[in-house]
Amino acid sequence: MLTDLILASAQLWVPLLVLGLGYFAGRSAERTHYASIHAREESMPDVPLVTARTLHDDRPVAEANLVTGSVVVSIDAYKRFAMSLRNLVGGEARGYSSLIDRARREALLRMRESFPEADVFLNFRMETATLFSGRGKNPGSVEIVAYATAIRFADS
Amino acid sequence: MILTNVEVVPGRNIVEHYGLVQGSTIRAKHIGRDLMASLKNIIGGELRGYTELLMEARSEATSRMVAQAEELGANAIVNVRFATSSVAQGAAELLAYGTAVKVE
Repeated sequence: MLTDLILASAQLWVPLLVLGLGYFAGRSAERTHYASIHAREESMPDVPLVTARTLHDDRPVAEANLVTGSVVVSIDAYKRFAMSLRNLVGGEARGYSSLIDRARREALLRMRESFPEADVFLNFRMETATLFSGRGKNPGSVEIVAYATAIRFADS
Repeated sequence: MILTNVEVVPGRNIVEHYGLVQGSTIRAKHIGRDLMASLKNIIGGELRGYTELLMEARSEATSRMVAQAEELGANAIVNVRFATSSVAQGAAELLAYGTAVKVE
């Protein structure tokens, strides 16, 4: 009797369970990730990063190298649901903003970490691409790539 | 092979241009990664499997571009650009292109 009721109402509680899981797991994951980003940004040496293409420095260059950092992220079920409501009224989608902000900073950190000896990062670029999209309502995943030319001077 | 995404190789002089070189690869995600990713679609966050997949794909595209440049006799590629596109459902194309040059 009771099991019948539980099964019959599955259409109702399964989506709620997914939403709840998305809300709590997503929130704790976001908090952990931000803590890690802040800690790594603090400990990162202060290497200048510019979007300019030319180097305004007369020191001899020892090494110039292309460096990249990338990350693929996906939105959680709760934020996806909140986004569908947001679409009705418009305005800033904070859930997406914070997700993309995390991804951008993570990609940038990975790029910096891939070449710690750099003295300057030249022509820094960041790109966003939507991946594997188009299956029903699934918004797919977003990839962020950060890349630049890392320069190491001869005298350092 | 030196790769940069600016017009020059800082600290070196370009002595010869060989023109455009490119490399691309189209990667499909596999079912195991897809399963993990659909779970991750509930709780959100980074899809590590996909990050790795795209990193591999990007280095594959880059090494194809480098192979093309080596064939031309170049020792550097300047102005390297990356492009990612979703060409088919469940597949992503990674493209790397740049200008092959010879530096001193």
